[in-house]
Amino acid sequence: MPFIPHTQADIDEMLDEIGIDQLDALFDEIPAGLISDRLDNVPDGMSEMAMLQYMAQHAEQDQGYTCFLGGGSYDHHIPSAVWDLTARGEFMTAYTPYQAEASQGTLQLIYEYQSMMASLTGLDVSNASVYDGASGLAEAVLMAVRSNKKNKAGRVLIAQSVHPHYTQTTRNIVRNQNVDIAPIALSDNGLVDPAALDGLLDDTPPSAVIIQQPNFFGGLEAVDAITDWAHAQGALVIAVVNPMSLGVLKAPGQWGEQGADIAVGDGQPFGVPMASGGPSFGFICARSAFMRQLPGRIIGRTVDLEGRVGYALTLQAREQHIRRGKATSNICTNQGLLVTAGTIYMSLMGPQGIRETALDCHRKSNSLRQRLLAFDGVTDFFDGPTFHEFAVRLPVPASRILEPMMAQGILAGLNLADFVGPEQKHRSNGMLVAVTEKRTEAELDHYVEAFGQALKRATGVSA
Amino acid sequence: MSDIPAELKYAATHEWARLEEDGTVTVGISDHAQSALGDVVYIEAPEVGLTISAQEEAGVVESVKAASDIYAPIGGTVCAVNEALTDAPEIVNQDPYGDGWFFKLTPTDAVDLDDLLDAEAYAEVCDTED
Repeated sequence: MPFIPHTQADIDEMLDEIGIDQLDALFDEIPAGLISDRLDNVPDGMSEMAMLQYMAQHAEQDQGYTCFLGGGSYDHHIPSAVWDLTARGEFMTAYTPYQAEASQGTLQLIYEYQSMMASLTGLDVSNASVYDGASGLAEAVLMAVRSNKKNKAGRVLIAQSVHPHYTQTTRNIVRNQNVDIAPIALSDNGLVDPAALDGLLDDTPPSAVIIQQPNFFGGLEAVDAITDWAHAQGALVIAVVNPMSLGVLKAPGQWGEQGADIAVGDGQPFGVPMASGGPSFGFICARSAFMRQLPGRIIGRTVDLEGRVGYALTLQAREQHIRRGKATSNICTNQGLLVTAGTIYMSLMGPQGIRETALDCHRKSNSLRQRLLAFDGVTDFFDGPTFHEFAVRLPVPASRILEPMMAQGILAGLNLADFVGPEQKHRSNGMLVAVTEKRTEAELDHYVEAFGQALKRATGVSA
Repeated sequence: MSDIPAELKYAATHEWARLEEDGTVTVGISDHAQSALGDVVYIEAPEVGLTISAQEEAGVVESVKAASDIYAPIGGTVCAVNEALTDAPEIVNQDPYGDGWFFKLTPTDAVDLDDLLDAEAYAEVCDTED
């Protein structure tokens, strides 16, 4: 359905029909004291030409950098077909296309998305997406607390190696909902120690345990042992995962004896541009026992009166517009456009393509890690294998390396000091580096060279 | 006009209650309620062993267009739940007073049934709603 704006003549005719002079009269019911005529901070409108020039200038500031940033948003290759198709009007500008009689194409695409995500995470069901990974984790926590009939007290344990922004977002969202979030401290190797978990138990059996794999530092947690421990306490397991990593890592549905119960994460690695931080889509998948507790939209496959296969929204009675205060969530939408891109990406790449891409990221990231460790004074932040990103400890504050490298056109990594770490030591002199399949050998060589120069200047020592 | 068996007791929230010979009370939803809900697709039943008071939420009945809370008509302890509804929720629409029962409870005090509406009074409630 195309966008057809009103002409002034249309507007005048409508105003005339309802008997008012001006559009503003429709807002007469708003108390006068609430109407603000002070919009001092809003500049005048620009012409299209001026606006395009303004945007082009600002966009230039982001050009020309080679990206080694990670921490939840990655510079992966997006095949051209993804946005060629996603940018079609039928996807790009369709408004809320969820009516079964008008939008079978969109609904079928989302159904296929759900099928792919369930398959990728090794679980039974998926919803049609949530806003992003961080808010998805909050939804998963609320879902686990609702679903856990045994341990109802709402105490949730979260590993301190989960992305700090995800943890903070979750705390904010569940703040007033009688959920107590307690951290699981890390051992010196930056991982959760399964043997130390019993020490966290108190009078309140936990409703859920949250593990991220790979964790925020790229490290690999003992997910089997932690999953089994959680289940032994009657807690549900929420897995926070990078979908690209599932090309090589064990799917959450296979963790431990019984598998994780809920898997969430951010779909940005699949066909979504980094775009200075958004938008993206979050996925949430679960065992079929929790199907009715899934928040957000769910598309189902059915047959019409003539027996033809069709797709429609289903399980809607749990949602906002019907259940109101008792709905599974206050979410009443999904990230349709980004899901479209993600689904086309997954179709084009297939399991094989995702696996090859993941292995490429892994190989290149390991290679860069070894080359950086060869410099005097540079050590692993944590021992142990990593996937796709790694943290290094530098002999100087990370900014002294990151700034000169940026001047050379390299976004060398995230400064760990910018993230709230569990202890002071996790913040100082640390850098988180991610390497994707896009990074060429020449770019890696340039990184090592620029890193060496910056290090030498910062420490006054030959590398 | 919906079916309202004379021998049952009713709550204004559309549950019916039947005192059995063994002293337990069977609870379900009325014909009026099942008709208003439309095709029932799912029942969220209370757990056996749960003690609830009168008018407390005891579960949810979900149809294609709504999800309504079910309230305990009188107080007691849940002693049985109708497992047949898990696989065939449509029984609630087909036989709301018979095979479509939701749960049974051991009442705190069977005399509480006297506080409920009889068939005639319930019919008036339905008429006012329509």
